[in-house]
Amino acid sequence: MVFEKDLNLDATELRLGLPGSSEESIRISNKRALPDMNDDSGVAAAKKCDQETAPPTKAQVVGWPPIRSYRKNSLQTKKTEAETGGMYVKVSMDGAPYLRKIDLKVYKGYPELFKAMEDMFKFKVGKYSEREGYNGSEFVPTYEDKDGDWMLVGDVPWEMFINACKRLRIVRGSEARGLGCVV
Amino acid sequence: MNYFPDEVLEHVFDFITSHKDRNSVSLVCKSWYKIERYSRQRVFIGNCYSISPERLIARFPGLKSLTLKGKPHFADFNLVPHDWGGFVYPWIEALAKSRIGLEELRLKRMVVSDESLELLSKSFVNFKSLVLVSCEGFTTDGLAAIAANCRFLRELDLQENEVDDHRGHWLSCFPESCTSLISLNFACLRGEVNLGALERLVSRSPNLKSLRLNRAVPLDTLQKLLMRAPQLVDLGIGSYVHDPFSEAYNKLKIAIQRCKSIRSLSGFLEVALHCMSAIYPICGNLTFLNLSYAPGLHGNKLMKLIQHCRKLQRLWILDCIGDKGLGVVALTCKELQELRVFPSDPFEAGNAAVTEEGLVLVSAGCPKLNSLLYFCQQMTNAALITVAKNCPNFIRFRLCILDPIKPDPVTNQPLDEGFGAIVQSCKGLKRLSLSGLLTDQVFLYIGMYAEQLEMLSIAFAADSDKGMLYVLNGCKKLRKLEIRDCPFGDAALLEDVGKYETMRSLWMSSCEVTLGGCKSVAEKMPSLNVEIIDESEQMEFNLDDKQKVDKMYLYRTLVGHRKDAPEYVWIL
Repeated sequence: MVFEKDLNLDATELRLGLPGSSEESIRISNKRALPDMNDDSGVAAAKKCDQETAPPTKAQVVGWPPIRSYRKNSLQTKKTEAETGGMYVKVSMDGAPYLRKIDLKVYKGYPELFKAMEDMFKFKVGKYSEREGYNGSEFVPTYEDKDGDWMLVGDVPWEMFINACKRLRIVRGSEARGLGCVV
Repeated sequence: MNYFPDEVLEHVFDFITSHKDRNSVSLVCKSWYKIERYSRQRVFIGNCYSISPERLIARFPGLKSLTLKGKPHFADFNLVPHDWGGFVYPWIEALAKSRIGLEELRLKRMVVSDESLELLSKSFVNFKSLVLVSCEGFTTDGLAAIAANCRFLRELDLQENEVDDHRGHWLSCFPESCTSLISLNFACLRGEVNLGALERLVSRSPNLKSLRLNRAVPLDTLQKLLMRAPQLVDLGIGSYVHDPFSEAYNKLKIAIQRCKSIRSLSGFLEVALHCMSAIYPICGNLTFLNLSYAPGLHGNKLMKLIQHCRKLQRLWILDCIGDKGLGVVALTCKELQELRVFPSDPFEAGNAAVTEEGLVLVSAGCPKLNSLLYFCQQMTNAALITVAKNCPNFIRFRLCILDPIKPDPVTNQPLDEGFGAIVQSCKGLKRLSLSGLLTDQVFLYIGMYAEQLEMLSIAFAADSDKGMLYVLNGCKKLRKLEIRDCPFGDAALLEDVGKYETMRSLWMSSCEVTLGGCKSVAEKMPSLNVEIIDESEQMEFNLDDKQKVDKMYLYRTLVGHRKDAPEYVWIL
């Protein structure tokens, strides 16, 4: 098979044949070869198949596997959300009617991030200190890390933070007590 | 029985509810036909093109509930172009013009426009129930019309529809006077909803038994809804992401414990793994658990959840449960009747996490298993033979090996013997889907043993026409046959065209049937519509009878050719 070196277009082309089958013989390669008359039909068919089926490529057969479009689209959305270049994370604030999304890659450090969050949700972050957490505001920025734990924003270096952060939550008032908020 | 007054017969017929039985009753004699048709309230039409709305209305003036199916099954997998047909508008229009007091409409694989929803909402004063499964063509504006105008609405159930979501306001369209809701399922909507309106709606719906939320409904709203509706029997959780230290989570735990009637649980469209323990109190009573849209739920947390579900009868799950997880199911869910394992990563065939081992474990641990849908990495004949022995009660057996022509990896043989064992052992089998490497032999077995088989799905199988012939000759109760990418040609197609009149439909795509063969069927059987679907415009320029047909769909009908087919559908 000849294909563009970089794009590998043939391998990702959507068509009706099986992965590994060639362009000209779409119809023929869909079916297994008819077995030799003298041969055990099962074995011959299986052998022919092994030769025809190339190692797994990304070529997709239309309508296979047979799952509903709705389900397929749901899974793809979830995958794309995980894989796109930007580091979009959800930001929620207690009491707000809906969540927002921000791209962590856009900010250079905590100050810019806080400014963006403050603008978005109309609040003010307190003053950070390692010993006491955030001082002077009832709002505390927290994030969920890859282990599923809820952490105070600001304790670790920025790079470490953006790689670990899965979502942000601005906690308010009494609930922030456990995370070192001094109101 | 002529000496019984009509009212007595009518009263007797009231006890006959199944469609099949009522159809049989209507065939006994003219007077039974007449009594039956006036008393019939529920009608099921498996193919909307087999009959016209006018004839339906003429025959059943007392119609209250209509179920309609449109596109062929393979349309679910993108094998049928979107505008092929299956439009519901003409049905609603005709019913609206008549005196039919429609109360319930259930649609599957149909094209439903906002106009049709609006017309529906305004035309039937007592309209109570709308169920849409795998439909398309409408937006949330159509739903707004239903909410606003159907004053006695009890059920709005949307399952896996592609809906254009215009965000938000449709829920607010339920008037304050609407207090009759029993079932509300909007899990498939992708957009935000007005949470306040949702809370108020649930508050004023004391009969609400089934509530399935979409992913835009956060956990704290869920908690509030559960507090207002502790009588729920069926719950679909939208977003289950929260802070384990929060008030909302504590409140949720309390709210869930009050819901002692929940028997069915689904959703978890977004999930935070570490807080599943709040759900445990209701697990012990669950009979249906659907986690097939929750890829975030896996590993030990998933295992632990399942271990609490001892009464489960139906389980829908993703393959990330793994063979090990299925082992836990086998040990825990002794009442299990239905299992569906969906692929979490359909296009990376190498990553599927379940194999024949998981299935064997479940078959050994769950003797009541009778319905299966199983997407897996591989299957062996030995495993299928074991499963057949363990579970002779299968009614539905659908196996999908992600690599469609994969042989038994242990013996390198086709899977003929394995499926043969299934059809031989499961004498009540009604529905079968095959995959893996298969020769004509498996069809010989199917023709010989699958006496109750009504629906068969075949893909990338068989060696010759013999395969199809075995099935057509052997399966006397066959109603639906759908075939793709098999070497079946005109000889098989034309062997017994009369058979197709006893079936609902036949689909053949990427097979060896020719235009000439299809024309021949159409000529011999005027009671069938034979449709050729060809989007490539080949049919316009090349009318050679020897040409192979890409997609053919034929079905029996009482009303001849349909008038709404698009250009690329050629009805012979």
